[in-house]
Amino acid sequence: MSETGGAKKPKKVQGIVHVDRERCKGCGFCVEFCPTRALDLDSTYNAKGYHPPVLARPDDCNGCDLCGLYCPDFSIHGVMIKTNVA
Amino acid sequence: MSQVDTNPVKEYLRMDRMPSIWCPGCGIGTSVNCFARALTQAKVDLKKTTVVSGIGCSGRVSGYLELDSFHTTHGRAIPFATGLKLANPELNVVVYSGEGDLAAIGGNHLIHAARRNIDLLVICVNNFTYGMTGGQVSPTSPGGATYSTAPYGQFETPFNLPHLADSCGAVYVARWTTFHVRQLTKSIREAFGKKGFRFIEVISPCPTLYQRRNKLGDGLDAMKFYKEASVLKNGADTRELDIGFQSPIIVGSFVNRDRPSFIEAMNKRFTSVFGESYKPYPEGPSKAVQGC
Repeated sequence: MSETGGAKKPKKVQGIVHVDRERCKGCGFCVEFCPTRALDLDSTYNAKGYHPPVLARPDDCNGCDLCGLYCPDFSIHGVMIKTNVA
Repeated sequence: MSQVDTNPVKEYLRMDRMPSIWCPGCGIGTSVNCFARALTQAKVDLKKTTVVSGIGCSGRVSGYLELDSFHTTHGRAIPFATGLKLANPELNVVVYSGEGDLAAIGGNHLIHAARRNIDLLVICVNNFTYGMTGGQVSPTSPGGATYSTAPYGQFETPFNLPHLADSCGAVYVARWTTFHVRQLTKSIREAFGKKGFRFIEVISPCPTLYQRRNKLGDGLDAMKFYKEASVLKNGADTRELDIGFQSPIIVGSFVNRDRPSFIEAMNKRFTSVFGESYKPYPEGPSKAVQGC
């Protein structure tokens, strides 16, 4: 997306997701509809026996918060973090 | 990743009641998420916003939203909301319920509230079945699907809810699925900016009963199906919006018109009859709500 001009441009936006693992029910909406495919379901379980999502490819996340909009259990949301790129 | 709870919708929800009772893969939570974000974007006064819901899985929404909210008896969400609106026209009244509540036992109230153009925003979560009571046939159940009360397939003609609301006189009618989160949020935001009877149908998966009984997979499969099968047709003729079993779903915003609301019509009539001696009834929240 940011490969305009062929030069290696550093990414302007970087994101991170916050997951409340215990509230997650492992429906997988966030993983399926992440525009940059940055999420995966964790291999570990939460207390209720579901696999919560995990940010498997942190570099791909741009903090768009679409995962947060899809989440039926309000357990994940993305946040844009400012990078010190000029 | 961290456990920090900075969720933007947290302030609209009663977090002490979470996790919700909704099944994994249910779409009601997603619609609530969109609704909460639309509340932020529409800049509505939360002190003057109330949510009324009836009985059913979607009826639980009123309990999870940290607004003034009411969980009414079965089918009576709209009458309750009508009374609330007429007693205090300053309120933004939202009815959040399921199709079994709004279109079956509450069907009469739905059509008459639309006919009178009571100033309500009705969000109808349509999952094609009675989820809470065991998967019975609901008024929108598509023909051919199997249910606990229709083991050989449902054969009744289902309701086309946007057409029902449109033909009864609703001023804003839209239909989205839980896959269309951005559009749904925008639609709710737009509806907050309008006055009159506004009706938004949200097609939602019911993984435990509708999906499982019809061997359609889980909630995620339903969302993928919505992604593939939904056809965006803004302004479509509402007569063409029937949904068959696994048929394409036409989504969009179909009706956006202006019609005098119940209180406006009452004021106009009484002013013409009684003249100066009639003191007009307050007509509702000021136009401070900026829809978009």
